[in-house]
Amino acid sequence: MRATAADQTILDRRNLDWYIDKAVQVLVFVGGISAIIFIIGIFVFIAREGAGFIFTRWDPIEFFTSPRWAPTSSHNPTYGALALILGTASITGLAMVVAVPFSLGAAIYIGEFASGRLRESLKVLVELLAAIPSVVWGFIGLSIMNPLIIQWFNVPVGLNVLNAGVILGLMAAPIMTTIAEDALKAVPDTYREAAEAMGATRWQVIFKVVLPAAKPGRLAAVLLGVGRGFGETMAVLMASGHSINLPTSIFDSVRALTATIAAELGETAHGSDHYQALFVLGIFLFAITFVINLTADLVVRGIRNR
Amino acid sequence: MFEATEINLRHKRTEVLVKLLFGMMTALLILPVALILGVLIYKGSPVLSLEFLLTEPTNGMTAGGIFPALVGTIWLVAVALIASIPVGVAAALYLSEYAPNNWLTRTINLAIINLAGVPSIVHALFGVGAFVLFFRFGTSILAASLTLAIMTLPVVIVSAREAMQAVPQAFREACWNMGATRWQTIRRVVLPNSISGILTGVILEVSRTVGETAPIMFTGAAFFLPFLPQSVFDQTMAMSLHLFVISTQVPDVPEALPYGIALVLIAIVLSMNAVSIAFRMYLRSKKKW
Repeated sequence: MRATAADQTILDRRNLDWYIDKAVQVLVFVGGISAIIFIIGIFVFIAREGAGFIFTRWDPIEFFTSPRWAPTSSHNPTYGALALILGTASITGLAMVVAVPFSLGAAIYIGEFASGRLRESLKVLVELLAAIPSVVWGFIGLSIMNPLIIQWFNVPVGLNVLNAGVILGLMAAPIMTTIAEDALKAVPDTYREAAEAMGATRWQVIFKVVLPAAKPGRLAAVLLGVGRGFGETMAVLMASGHSINLPTSIFDSVRALTATIAAELGETAHGSDHYQALFVLGIFLFAITFVINLTADLVVRGIRNR
Repeated sequence: MFEATEINLRHKRTEVLVKLLFGMMTALLILPVALILGVLIYKGSPVLSLEFLLTEPTNGMTAGGIFPALVGTIWLVAVALIASIPVGVAAALYLSEYAPNNWLTRTINLAIINLAGVPSIVHALFGVGAFVLFFRFGTSILAASLTLAIMTLPVVIVSAREAMQAVPQAFREACWNMGATRWQTIRRVVLPNSISGILTGVILEVSRTVGETAPIMFTGAAFFLPFLPQSVFDQTMAMSLHLFVISTQVPDVPEALPYGIALVLIAIVLSMNAVSIAFRMYLRSKKKW
């Protein structure tokens, strides 16, 4: 028997609740894809401001090989970002030298040795350290580290790669500790038990079993630390000395990509070459951090799929 | 009876040494920060007073208090929260309650990770390009707060999603079996059971927003303003930018002043964080399922 029109009206459950449910579903979906919209939006809007420069004035060879960043020069403005790129790289590099061993050591201690109350308190402490704002770190570099470096190393200026690198290392270490500790925790206990059953001591278990098994997680921690280093703005601006140099020693003042944007954007006229060039630096930074985060995510997903 | 051989003793010694080494590395990570905080408190506390918090800066910002910056930060945080909480909770609801395991969900998760990883100064450029210029909000609290909201969105999404996913599936199934729609289930079961978890995430977001400087520098925060903001279309001073300005741009500042500002800023951020952590632990200990 075929359903009549009357039957269909009875079977139709589209009452008010049904419509509300559908409306909410649409709203929630829009919220759900908002992160994608914003990421695309960020790229579109900074590309929109920088596009004019890329298509007319931009010379990639000059950008990547010339250390002369002189956009305000009246007769011959140049836009070489090499010194800025190396400035950022040297600070981030030193920061990793400081942060990688200590954050890994701390992760091993918190994850494998500490227990109970000590472990919980250390984790809370690390979480609090990660929360200190970058402008406060910059201030610490400026007013506490600066005189110390001048005094200890007998150099004329204490705002340099060493200062910014140590500050950045201290900033990045808590986050890297948390990620590395998660990676250690993700190693199945059966691995540890199997090694212990073979008569391995605790440190043998850690060095021969846990650390090799957590290798992708350690890599992800370092990658995210590097990403943080490239993107850090205020602390690097205040502690690095902010002068254009190709760094030859850790006592050289340098200038970072992020700091250049932060220091110069306020002084440029909207739409000028200089203004647009700063947005090009932004596109470059966006691209670098995008690739780093993507790689870190692929590494982490590699762990999960194994 | 078991007797320790030479090799057992050697292993024991190595283990103690290794433990000591890693313990020292942990201490070296934490001690410098503790020392720095000590210096901040030592040098900053003399200027702290109720008057410092409640008066305006005077003498070209070399004296007086931080009241306009404090009020401005409250404005910025409040507007950012109003913008980011609905979007963040909706995103978390989608990921926790609706999202199938497909490419779109994976892309969303990737976008969230990337949004958290975009440098703060790039967020600032986006804020200038989108809110200040394209949407014509000008340099205003609205533009700055929306920039901050997008920047801190991942914090809300991730913590709200975790709180929602912690609600047992059986609760939802029981509700569906009574004939409730998805939305009724969310409103009566999922949200009430995850609201405290979402709140810890919001507190964390506040602490993050208070400290951000770069994103507000060009979108709405001003170096110095002699008046308080009256609406979201005004510019404002802010604590974080004020610390930057006082310690780098203003000549002849008495030494204690920037320490005092840094101390207030760090006290706000760390106490919000501590509240969030304590609240999370309390919830964990109260958990009934």
